Amino acid sequence: MPEYKWPPMNKRKIMGQRLSRLDGPVKSAGRAKYPSDLNPQGLLQAAMLTAPYAHAKIKSIDTAAAKALPGVTAIRLFDKVAPGFEVQWAGQELALVSATSEEVARDAIRAIKIDWEILPHVVKDENLAKVGTRAKAAGEKVTGDPDKAYGEADVKLDSEYGIPVITHCCLEPHGQVIAWKGGDQIDYWPSTQAVSTVAGQLASLIGVPAGNINVTCDYMGGGFGSKFPPDPWGAESARLSKESGGRPVKFFLDRATELTIAGIRPSHFAKIKIGAKKDGTITSWMSDSWSSGGAGGGPATPIPYVFANIPNARINHASVSLNSGPQRAWRAPNHPQASFLTCSALTDLAAKLSMDPLALFMKNANLTLREATYTDQLKKAAELIDWKNKYHAPGEGKGSIRRGVGIGVATWGGGGHASKCKVILHPDGTVEVELGSQDLGTGNRTCISMVAAESLGLPMSAIKVKIGKNSYPASGPSGGSTTIGGVSTSTRKASLNALEKLFEKVAPALGTTADQLEAVDSRIQVKGNPNKAMSWKQAAQKMGPSPIEEMGENVPAQAAREGLNTLGAAGVQMAEVEVDTETGIVKMRKMVAVQDCGLVVNPKTAESQVFGACIMSICSALYEERVIDQVTGRVLNPDMEFYKLAGLPDIGEIVVHMDIQEVHDKRGVIGLGEPCAIGGTAAIANAVFNALGVRVPMVPVTADRVLNALGNKRYA
Amino acid sequence: MQSFEYANPATLKEAFAALGSSWEDAAVLAGGTDLLSIMKDYVQSPKRVVNIKGIKELGGISRKGGSMRIGATTTLDELTSNAAIRSSYPGLVQAAMGVTSPQLRNMGTVAGDLCQRPRCWYFRRGFGLLAKGPNGEALVPTGENKFHAIFSNGPAYFVSASTLGPALVALGASVTIASASGNRSVSVEKFFVAPTGDGQREIDLKPNEIVTEILIPVPATKNATYEVRQRELVDWPLSAASVALRMNGNTVTSASIALGHVAPTIWRATQAEKMLVGKTITAETADAAGEAAVANATPLSGNKYKVQLTKVAVKRALLAAAGIKA
Ligand SMILES: Cc1cc2nc3c(=O)[nH]c(=O)nc-3n(C[C@H](O)[C@H](O)[C@H](O)COP(=O)(O)OP(=O)(O)OC[C@H]3O[C@@H](n4cnc5c(N)ncnc54)[C@H](O)[C@@H]3O)c2cc1C
Ligand code: SF4
Repeated sequence: MPEYKWPPMNKRKIMGQRLSRLDGPVKSAGRAKYPSDLNPQGLLQAAMLTAPYAHAKIKSIDTAAAKALPGVTAIRLFDKVAPGFEVQWAGQELALVSATSEEVARDAIRAIKIDWEILPHVVKDENLAKVGTRAKAAGEKVTGDPDKAYGEADVKLDSEYGIPVITHCCLEPHGQVIAWKGGDQIDYWPSTQAVSTVAGQLASLIGVPAGNINVTCDYMGGGFGSKFPPDPWGAESARLSKESGGRPVKFFLDRATELTIAGIRPSHFAKIKIGAKKDGTITSWMSDSWSSGGAGGGPATPIPYVFANIPNARINHASVSLNSGPQRAWRAPNHPQASFLTCSALTDLAAKLSMDPLALFMKNANLTLREATYTDQLKKAAELIDWKNKYHAPGEGKGSIRRGVGIGVATWGGGGHASKCKVILHPDGTVEVELGSQDLGTGNRTCISMVAAESLGLPMSAIKVKIGKNSYPASGPSGGSTTIGGVSTSTRKASLNALEKLFEKVAPALGTTADQLEAVDSRIQVKGNPNKAMSWKQAAQKMGPSPIEEMGENVPAQAAREGLNTLGAAGVQMAEVEVDTETGIVKMRKMVAVQDCGLVVNPKTAESQVFGACIMSICSALYEERVIDQVTGRVLNPDMEFYKLAGLPDIGEIVVHMDIQEVHDKRGVIGLGEPCAIGGTAAIANAVFNALGVRVPMVPVTADRVLNALGNKRYA
Repeated sequence: MQSFEYANPATLKEAFAALGSSWEDAAVLAGGTDLLSIMKDYVQSPKRVVNIKGIKELGGISRKGGSMRIGATTTLDELTSNAAIRSSYPGLVQAAMGVTSPQLRNMGTVAGDLCQRPRCWYFRRGFGLLAKGPNGEALVPTGENKFHAIFSNGPAYFVSASTLGPALVALGASVTIASASGNRSVSVEKFFVAPTGDGQREIDLKPNEIVTEILIPVPATKNATYEVRQRELVDWPLSAASVALRMNGNTVTSASIALGHVAPTIWRATQAEKMLVGKTITAETADAAGEAAVANATPLSGNKYKVQLTKVAVKRALLAAAGIKA
């Protein structure tokens, strides 16, 4: 068996280089075909009717007029949609219609007549006292003696914070093109994060063998955790295709539906009490949190976050069910919210102690699982943002424009998922690498190519990476920051397994044995001896007529032993903002992100991940919020106009420091997508506090919230 | 969107023939930046769309008697790059540049900006301009009103969306409106009206009329616009103030102050205007004028902050017009 371990840092030729993504040119030229770009021959378009009420019962439903419209090929009602069915949120799926054009399909859904009995709904959760029986206690967790410790504390914080529901807001909405052809063969082009698992799920929804479903997803326009399942509209689109004689059906959510039902990040609110000694040592924590992720209630709030080992703690949580679109995993589920709640409280505690929050975070680093790492990262981030010069006592400063700095911290797992890779060495010297994986825009394709090239001693141009189809060996869904660990490991192993077979074929010609050979610079040579070598092409010819096909697999349970990938990523982010105290408008000046993630395959695409994550944090700290109307139960801003995201001029300077060092590198590859999307919101909210000396308890920190928090306070 | 007929007239006469007597019959299409989205949302579903961009006489910027004439289909980009406009009406240019998207400035027209429909999220979701719930109740006063009016006693609570409106009102501009039966002229200030009943529009325009031009008096003023926006990326102002000052040396002889995004119409701050006459613009007088401008505000449950924003917008616009650094 080959020795799979990564080559030492200083011996790597391709991995570790700052390389641009392979698909950059086709994407920027608009030639990359996303599922929503596909228009196969005979295409039908579909449109979906959704519920106009947040809670209501169907009295009657009549699709006759819709069916009669010329151009309509089929109509499907969603599961259980019939008289007596109760919708639980506005936007819930009711019917899907396929037609010869999108216009006809849209006319058709408007021609479906439904009589409703409107039922009472609950859609707001900021105020726990107002949600009544919709709040369910989720149990209490007690460590030590929190009441005693809090009673005896020198300094006490008692405060409340909240972070509302935001949506995934994928630029390419959810959807697919699908054709259910004769013989139950299905061609399926979904916008998905799960190329290898989505067919199996669809198969069980529509009752065809999974092996009959051919999935293709070469590119996709964002998922952030919301694009794993085939979705009910995927299954109904398939059925529409079947009922329309196998013609392909295209259905993607419109923007309003995308922002209403295709996934939300749950809200989290918490009342937090912290007790500390005069020197800043935290002695107790008590929190009452609540959250909502739609009709199914809300997840637990993982607080105290990162500083988890507070000796005395009482944690209570309530799950609130609302008549609003359901939650889906959102880039580091519940971590950004927990980081915001915890780091806000710690920063406010520091103010009560008249202490620099950086000092407080450092002082209590022993409450984290990785004291040394966080201490290092806090120092590095402080250096990058010039904390020493920029930090001032909260609210201190002159003039109506105030600046401030703040901190947020993060932790994440990110071990590699199960992944299989097949490497094919052809007798003509060409190489193919196949994985049923997907590139969400992260650079996955590029990293696979780098690992294969490094392992085979070839340039990347010699390798054809094939991903995005379920006919390739199964690789896990891209969630939980598990992709890079999984695919880099399986690709490494498959490459070396294939190489071993090649060595066996060429060893006799080089007068040696396979174990004495290495692949370097497109040659196969006796280890360390370039004079006893042959070119890759010559070596390939020794194969005979059949290609070499070898598999490699990442098995998560074996990962620790093999050492190619691991888990556990820490990160610290700091932000500097400027607040116009007369208008309450906050502008980003700078953000720094210090991130460890083990062995970094490609520092450039890794940094891109962090840049994107910082921008997402800016969005949720300053702009993003789903607004629901109390009376009608409708989302009022399911658009890109009042559901606000940051634009280029809003993001300020972003400095990313990938903590690339031998000690981290030795740990192996760790996923990055999520850990870097956690700490930024807290950092920005805390920077606003530092600027103003007044806490804005809810994000996004919009003009109204800032001015309300300031009250009659004036700055000059 | 609903299917519709498309008319592409080359003359005003042909255009009038294509328009109808009700809003359901036909809609004028200029840049389409608003009309298309509102049609896609089925908020407005005209049977015919009449493109006026092919009508030559509706374009161009020129002197016309004692006024500067801006043709209706002049794009925001043409407006902001015109030298005469830039030198005499910086307040108008600042307002147009506030539409921070080059794409929108390339397509959007000046008359389209004045005629665009309100962005009230209840209206845009199909609850009507007066935003009523299932039982006919007004949704805005107790609902999500942080972007709504602070000067209104109902029943309309939306804010006028036009960014050019305040600047043109401050400059004393008028619009020329044409129909098959002739032309009429209305001040931009009077062009905006607050609807009081269902089915009424927010501008003084009939379905068979077309705005042909905007006329701005030439005797120049010191003018400026200040808008408060949450984002730099294209975003609606939370509040905006445009001011035009006539001066004798450093002394204000007359002032017009027009507020945008705070009422269903463009709101004149008459008290503030009066108190500035005979004064010099300083940080103090500008602040006092801001205070006076919002003295009669009647904010809703969630938009008191807009009172403060408006006060600051007035102050900063005055200081900018007077060339004083805030
Ligand atoms: C994302 C976004 C952000 C925006 N931000 C701003 C902003 O900050 N400030 C701002 O002011 N605007 C903003 N706009 C709106 C845009 O600038 C204006 O809508 C634009 O100027 C309208 O011009 P248009 O020619 O495209 O109008 P159209 O969409 O063609 O028409 C708008 C309306 O006016 C009517 N109309 C147009 N011309 C005439 C005419 N000559 N006579 C009679 N009726 C006419 C049409 O029938 C229609 O009802 C924004 C738009 C979008 C999509
Ligand atoms: S997002 Fe930009 S590129 Fe895309 S349609 Fe809008 S303006 Fe054009």
